[in-house]
Amino acid sequence: MTAFPLLDPALCFVILTTAVLAVAIRTVFAAVVSFIVFGLLMAIAWVRLGAVDVALTEAAIGAGLTGVLLLSTVARIAKHRADRGDDVPILEGPEPDPAPTDPLPGLATQSLAIVLSAAVAAALVAAVALLPVPAPGLVAEVGSRLSETGVESPVTAVLLAYRGYDTLLEIVVLLFALLGVWSLTADARWGGQPGLRHLARPDGVMAYLGRLLPPIGLLVGVYLFWIGGYRPGGAFQAGTVLAAVWLLAVMAGLVPIPKVSGIRLRLALVIGPAVFLAIGLAGYPLHGAFLGYPPAIAKVLIILIEAGLTISIATILGLLVAGAPEERPS
Amino acid sequence: MTAALDAITVVFVLAGCFFFLAGNVGLLRFPDTLTRLHALTKADNLGLGLVVIGLMPRMDHPLSALKLLLVWALGMLAAATVGQLIARSVLRRGLPIWKGPQ
Repeated sequence: MTAFPLLDPALCFVILTTAVLAVAIRTVFAAVVSFIVFGLLMAIAWVRLGAVDVALTEAAIGAGLTGVLLLSTVARIAKHRADRGDDVPILEGPEPDPAPTDPLPGLATQSLAIVLSAAVAAALVAAVALLPVPAPGLVAEVGSRLSETGVESPVTAVLLAYRGYDTLLEIVVLLFALLGVWSLTADARWGGQPGLRHLARPDGVMAYLGRLLPPIGLLVGVYLFWIGGYRPGGAFQAGTVLAAVWLLAVMAGLVPIPKVSGIRLRLALVIGPAVFLAIGLAGYPLHGAFLGYPPAIAKVLIILIEAGLTISIATILGLLVAGAPEERPS
Repeated sequence: MTAALDAITVVFVLAGCFFFLAGNVGLLRFPDTLTRLHALTKADNLGLGLVVIGLMPRMDHPLSALKLLLVWALGMLAAATVGQLIARSVLRRGLPIWKGPQ
């Protein structure tokens, strides 16, 4: 029970409003800002639901990283338009009207669309309304067997022990996403530095922040990784913080962004999935199953996997923001 | 004792909320980017600081209260830096600057 009975309804209302704005608003920049606000409000909603792990991830990845990716996309589109000589600035005006499209579909088609949409909405409402109370789940079972995994955080146990397979595939998907970005590179530029521009003046406030924050950020990142074994935290949140610190130092012009052909960079990218796979395969001889951890050393193995994942996630997320290589390899 | 701590929390959090509200009014009503920045960064520094002070007696452990202080320090650092960067970009692009009531 909350002291402010209107807090949750108000939160739901602004979440829905920002969600509608993000889709419906006509200025791309405003839509992206609405989406970022939506992500932050969702993080608060997850806290209200008691899911602090999800809230951390939502704030870091849903609002933070995705927001940065979308904002840099907007800036890139604006630059592209300016180069082409379009006079509609993307940051200020609505989108130019597209070329004349086909006439509106007929009355029958429109009616059918309305009926189908209403049917889907009704089915969703029915599905939610018919959920059994209390909802079925494995909460009690996870809680009673938590000690076998060696970790004390049930979320970490689910992510790396009970559903380790999902997490392994997730990190591989993330790696593929980076390969997708890299595949947009022009042939001549392959192997060069990603096109993250740094315009910071060497004596400016950005360079100052780039010196001041990384030690604190590194500490917070390592803390989030280590605390994942007991309390909310873990590889994804830690990786995001480390990636942000890295990007900050790059944007402040303090460290060069590495070439995508660098061997150390490639190793950092694959160490997480590689450690995960190696420990997973070792599960066959050690415990008789893929990703089976012997209870005696389960905690050590999970921490090892998390450490590898933290390095890889930080590198992948940073390079996702940095984008495809744009400088020719020298 | 508990009542006194409760009173501290209520007073400081309310004062913090007032500065956030004032900052938002300034963001909506002030005439140009620099004055709006002024309103926003003051709200961040003072509003967040007062809320943090108000919440510190609620923490179970002194270390948690220190973490709250760290949040405030980082918030101030971020607000000051972003304020500088946005103001610089306003000057560089030659965006309109308010010169007082005409």
